[in-house]
Amino acid sequence: MSENIDDHLAHIPHAAAIGMTLVSRNASGCVVRVAYAEHLVGDPDTGVIHGGVITALLDNASGMAVRSDPDGADIGEERSMATLDLRIDYMRPAQPRQDLYCDAHCYRMTSNVAFVRAIAYHDDRNDPIASSVATFMLGTKAAPRQ
Amino acid sequence: MKILAELRQQGRGQDMQALVEHLPYARFLGISVDRKGNEITTILPFSDHLVGNVRLRALHGGVIGAFLEITSIVQLLFDTSCERLPKTIDISIDYLRSGRPVETYGRAIVTRHGRRVANVRAEMWQESRTAPVAASHGHFLLTPA
Repeated sequence: MSENIDDHLAHIPHAAAIGMTLVSRNASGCVVRVAYAEHLVGDPDTGVIHGGVITALLDNASGMAVRSDPDGADIGEERSMATLDLRIDYMRPAQPRQDLYCDAHCYRMTSNVAFVRAIAYHDDRNDPIASSVATFMLGTKAAPRQ
Repeated sequence: MKILAELRQQGRGQDMQALVEHLPYARFLGISVDRKGNEITTILPFSDHLVGNVRLRALHGGVIGAFLEITSIVQLLFDTSCERLPKTIDISIDYLRSGRPVETYGRAIVTRHGRRVANVRAEMWQESRTAPVAASHGHFLLTPA
């Protein structure tokens, strides 16, 4: 699992489409980057990245943090999980032409539910653009919805 | 925002389709806006680059969140005469079902509109409005022109 989480992002079409790459990972979390790109802009007057990109980054990194958990060895790629909810607080505007980073940390895992906190920032973790809390339901059925 | 001011000058202040066409990220997702009288619906056609899980061909959770956020902001701009894009203060998303690889629709309602802050609820669905894929509520900061 630890080997393939790296190219895991390349196999998520939307993650690849917005240019997400894994920066680092540890026992309980990971850091993911989104490079600045014109098609991600939300306000053409300012050139600032859209909040939706931050949402996608926080959601994706939070999910990966669950798979990083050492106690979650059985949460393999074949076992599915579903986001129950995601709450995002936007603390300050993103700056134009700057890459985004997200640090996600799974701080609690039960047999059914994983709890994750994440922050999005440019270069200083202590000056976050947004923070989020997410809960994930583990071991959901991995079949397309009819 | 220039585009909002321009549209208002041309008497097209409620032309939300023209607005989303000017937002690079909304264009990248492929969002359009349908208007019937004073009701607007956002539309997200399915596309492969929106997928978050290849095996299930399910929409990415981030796409779902972004679509709900854009739906909320579009409704807010439609209802009010603000000339700047409202800023999201916070948004809370409930994921109710996986997003299937089909067209998705969104509707929002401004539950409270104050001088500085608006509360907006949004919902998105696919084949049936009574079976929503996700719902959100958020707070948005309104900045005077």
